[in-house]
Amino acid sequence: MTFLLELLGATLRNATPLVYGTIGETYSERAGVLNLGIEGTMYAGAFFGFAAAAITGSRTAGLLAAIAVGLAAGALMGLLTVTIGTNQHVAGIGTTLGLIGISEYVNRLWFGSGQGLSRIEPYPPWEPLGPNNVFSQYGLTYVAFFLLAPLAWWVLARTHFGLNLRAVGENPEAADSAGVNVARTRYAALMIGGALMAVGGAFFTLAALGSFTLDIIAGRGWVCIALVIFGRWRVWRGVAAALLFAAVYALQLRLRILEEFQAIPFELLLALPYLVVIAALVISGRNVAYPGAYLKPYRRE
Amino acid sequence: MSIWRRRLWLAAGVLILTFLVTVPFLLMAGVNPFAAYARFLFVPLTSRFGLLEVGVASIPLLFTGAAVALAFRAGYWNIGAEGQLLLGAIAAAGIGARVDGLASPLALTLVLAGGALAGAVWALVPALLRVRYDIDEVVTTLLLNPVALLVVEGLLNGPWRDPVTRFPESPRIAASAEMPVLIPGSRLHLGFLIGLVIIAGLGFVISRTRAGLELKAVGLSPVAARFAGINVARTLVAAALISGAIAGLGGAGEVAGIQYRLTGGLSAGFGYTGIVVATLGALRMGGVALVALLLGDLTVGASSASRALGIPSQAGDIVAAAVLLVTVAMVAINRYGLRQNRTAP
Repeated sequence: MTFLLELLGATLRNATPLVYGTIGETYSERAGVLNLGIEGTMYAGAFFGFAAAAITGSRTAGLLAAIAVGLAAGALMGLLTVTIGTNQHVAGIGTTLGLIGISEYVNRLWFGSGQGLSRIEPYPPWEPLGPNNVFSQYGLTYVAFFLLAPLAWWVLARTHFGLNLRAVGENPEAADSAGVNVARTRYAALMIGGALMAVGGAFFTLAALGSFTLDIIAGRGWVCIALVIFGRWRVWRGVAAALLFAAVYALQLRLRILEEFQAIPFELLLALPYLVVIAALVISGRNVAYPGAYLKPYRRE
Repeated sequence: MSIWRRRLWLAAGVLILTFLVTVPFLLMAGVNPFAAYARFLFVPLTSRFGLLEVGVASIPLLFTGAAVALAFRAGYWNIGAEGQLLLGAIAAAGIGARVDGLASPLALTLVLAGGALAGAVWALVPALLRVRYDIDEVVTTLLLNPVALLVVEGLLNGPWRDPVTRFPESPRIAASAEMPVLIPGSRLHLGFLIGLVIIAGLGFVISRTRAGLELKAVGLSPVAARFAGINVARTLVAAALISGAIAGLGGAGEVAGIQYRLTGGLSAGFGYTGIVVATLGALRMGGVALVALLLGDLTVGASSASRALGIPSQAGDIVAAAVLLVTVAMVAINRYGLRQNRTAP
């Protein structure tokens, strides 16, 4: 029982950055833009969140810096794919390469290389029921599940803005004739999405770890892209998909300590969640209905 | 305006904009941007050693650039060249350490063939998932990149760890499995020629053969290609496998020609840079060769600037990403203009 509760707690913790990233990517894609800049946006959010917190001594400043970087990354994707109409795959990969390059470059400039790891005092967990139970989680985790997910669902499903967002992603010509500003809506979706991705990255440095390492994101942005498809572009299904990945991740961490699993290299277990996601795509991802205007820039005839 | 004049203006615009976009980062490091760019682009070309190192740095990019360009031409979004390259490196290191008794040409051939095969195998699953179940290859090829890196780390921290030094490095490959050096005293190895030959061969196949025509047709419109009687699934799988094999060969080349063993830092993101090379080369093989050399120049230049001016060598990554984004943006603006953003009157 304790094992299961521990596992559940770890699952919620590991799922947190993925929930931010997946919801952010869901918003981008529902508006018709595949944002492959997610890996770099999470990376830059992790780094600049950390850097701002380390320099100012304020974690709030770190969080705000991450949000600012995420908004800027979303705006860049908007400039490339909405205003200019470049190929979305290339724009996203270029954005990721650029943001990772910038983060590592500034990291070397500000924090040097090699000589000791800079650390900040990370957010402490919030423990309303005392330490060491399922509800011993970071604030950003509570926000992700109890605030962000319901709010993101409500905005997308029930508000005027959400309807416009889905409309420009399904059928931008119709949305345009109905008086929806396609470009502005897509920019908004990309920037909101970018901010969420960056906060997901900052969760590692500001809450979970308290330090920045070069392999901090390690493909989790790519995982989010898969989770969005697995969740069929729906907020709650995306959250469920994030929980699935995080559960496998938490499970392998616990299996590693068991004696029976000592013989298996831990890297193999670490690869397991990625492979599970691919398998999940194969089982559930066939013939999924992509947003109608997915990958298509909108140009008025 | 003639097309060449237009292209010249475009190139000048790309250069100027890239420079402007990257200037803030150089100023941040307290260096003169012009001095930095002189280092990035020209200093490597001013010495024999520098020129040879540019060739060395371009070798993995020749392979990954060609691999990505081939797949993209077929409309197959292989973003997994990084993982395919790593698998090729693993196979090369594994075979290379076990071919001690064999004559050099045979040993090297086995190493390279093993690398190509491993890269193709790594590319196989996403390709089959795409043609069988219509599962987006972008996602699957991307997800397999971190997995490939984990396989490398698992081997280096486990069975292949150096038993004496405990360094996470595989055993050195047999001398007979090493790539011969093209110019004595330099690191420029046979992989450079192999890369150029592959690029020339692919260029011929794509522009002059039936298979190349089918590949391009599938890339332009799978539906139209199917009506024309082309087996779209087979073409896509073939493109994916050859793409993976070439990327794997690139990994084998780094092992057999530079590192002589598998190391954790074997690839400086060569697979992702391959996407930059292919795109800037306009998915044409001549362009790929040219851009691979240019980015090789930038790589050598950035590490030279790092030593001489004390700016982090990641400046090269920033410049490469900026060139990519500025170029695709300028090309799209040149073709379509800026999209109409005004609401209807």
